Amino acid sequence: MGEALGLAIGLVLSGDADLAEIVGLSLRVSLTATGLACLIGLPIGALVAIGRFPGRSAVLVLMNALMGLPPVVVGLLVYLQLSRSGPLGFLGLLYTPTAMIVAQTILIAPIVAALSRQVLEDLHVEYAEQFRSLCLTTTQTVQALIWDARYSLLTVGLAGFGRAVAEVGAVIIVGGNIDHLTRVMTTAIALETSKGELALALALGMILLVIALVVNGAVQTIRMSAVRQAHV
Amino acid sequence: MFAKPLAAAAAALLLTGAAFAQDSIIVQSTTSTANSGLYDYLLPIFQDKTGITVNVVAVGTGQAIKNAENCDGDVLLVHARPAEEKFVAAGYGTVRIDLMYNDFVIVGPEADPAGVGGMEDVQAALQKIAGTGALFASRGDDSGTHKKERALWSDAGIDPTTASGDWYRETGSGMGATLNTGIGMGAYVLTDRATWISFANKQDYTVQVQGDADMFNQYGVIPVSPDKCPSVKVEAAQTFADWLVSAEGQAAIAGYKVADQQLFFPNAPQN
Repeated sequence: MGEALGLAIGLVLSGDADLAEIVGLSLRVSLTATGLACLIGLPIGALVAIGRFPGRSAVLVLMNALMGLPPVVVGLLVYLQLSRSGPLGFLGLLYTPTAMIVAQTILIAPIVAALSRQVLEDLHVEYAEQFRSLCLTTTQTVQALIWDARYSLLTVGLAGFGRAVAEVGAVIIVGGNIDHLTRVMTTAIALETSKGELALALALGMILLVIALVVNGAVQTIRMSAVRQAHV
Repeated sequence: MFAKPLAAAAAALLLTGAAFAQDSIIVQSTTSTANSGLYDYLLPIFQDKTGITVNVVAVGTGQAIKNAENCDGDVLLVHARPAEEKFVAAGYGTVRIDLMYNDFVIVGPEADPAGVGGMEDVQAALQKIAGTGALFASRGDDSGTHKKERALWSDAGIDPTTASGDWYRETGSGMGATLNTGIGMGAYVLTDRATWISFANKQDYTVQVQGDADMFNQYGVIPVSPDKCPSVKVEAAQTFADWLVSAEGQAAIAGYKVADQQLFFPNAPQN
């Protein structure tokens, strides 16, 4: 542990270019995937939250179950589509950061949808009567709910980001862990572990944890200053 | 409120879509050549000379061949001759060329519970391990090393899979992960020498069995055929394969050393 901590600090202080590249790609891939997953997951979560339709409880079970999608399965599904011999092979996207973004988006969109559904449904119970008296359309209701719950939904987004930035199973299959192209923190950790460089692997793990802390801290700061402004 | 993130996401996707430059190839490779640092040493030399970027996907030989059959690579660099010849015979590769060799070794703990330390005869050593029921960790992943290990067991007249989960432990993982696991449980492990020399978590493990002619480990290089895979970058792939087997490439391979030991011995046929 001590050796790993020393290594981690040394790596960060040395301004290692390879490390910066890997950290940058991890952030770019996982933040983009989180953004896309929110674009897909929030409206779905909101519609299911306010909708009353046959088979709704089955949809809820499915959404919640999909939160447990194994990353390696998502990776395989995306690989089979993007492989040159697959239906989308002509795009030439396998072993690119785009493929990794696609895989992580699929992985975390259900998390965003399921968690936001719960948040928005609870809120909707509070406001349902008011919305009815205002004769809001579905779109207006969804917009109003998402806007009102925006701070809680930030946490939902962070849950998705946490899952994305921590997973290795999907990105290693569709990205290939190619040096200077698709290597991210988790695949680098897996690689160093397989080389027996356990201290270095652990050091990278510590750095990944710090990155997650920084992202969460930044979101928390934004949220708190926004809340303060709202009360002024 | 969604306009901005949508635009940013679209821009990110467009940017990353263009990540591959014209002059770059993908090599589907066995892990030992990557984990031992050989590519980190060779590829910059090759890139300086030709301007071609080589992107390495390091997976087990079985998966590398499967990926190449799916046309997800331009060059295949693995170590399982029968599987490689099948790959070429099926039309996926243009030609298979011997590239370099080293050897397999069996590593084990200092305590050496099966008493195989210093043995050369690998069949006798495996029979001793099976006989004493000492733990043996297998890759179990259809990699080149796993194929070799199965052949060695078969030559020794033993079917270890009947003891799977007992003294025969199939990890289903890469070489490094299997070494980590094997060392953790005190099991013998068959590994290529390059991975072993460069492996950093040896603990009290040493090479126990080595030197048998059956432990020879030949690496081959195969450009993927454009007949089966029209997307393949024929010229760049051929340039890379040609360079590896050229006098210059072979000298570069011989020059790669870890802890003062040469890891790979070039043996491409020279005209």
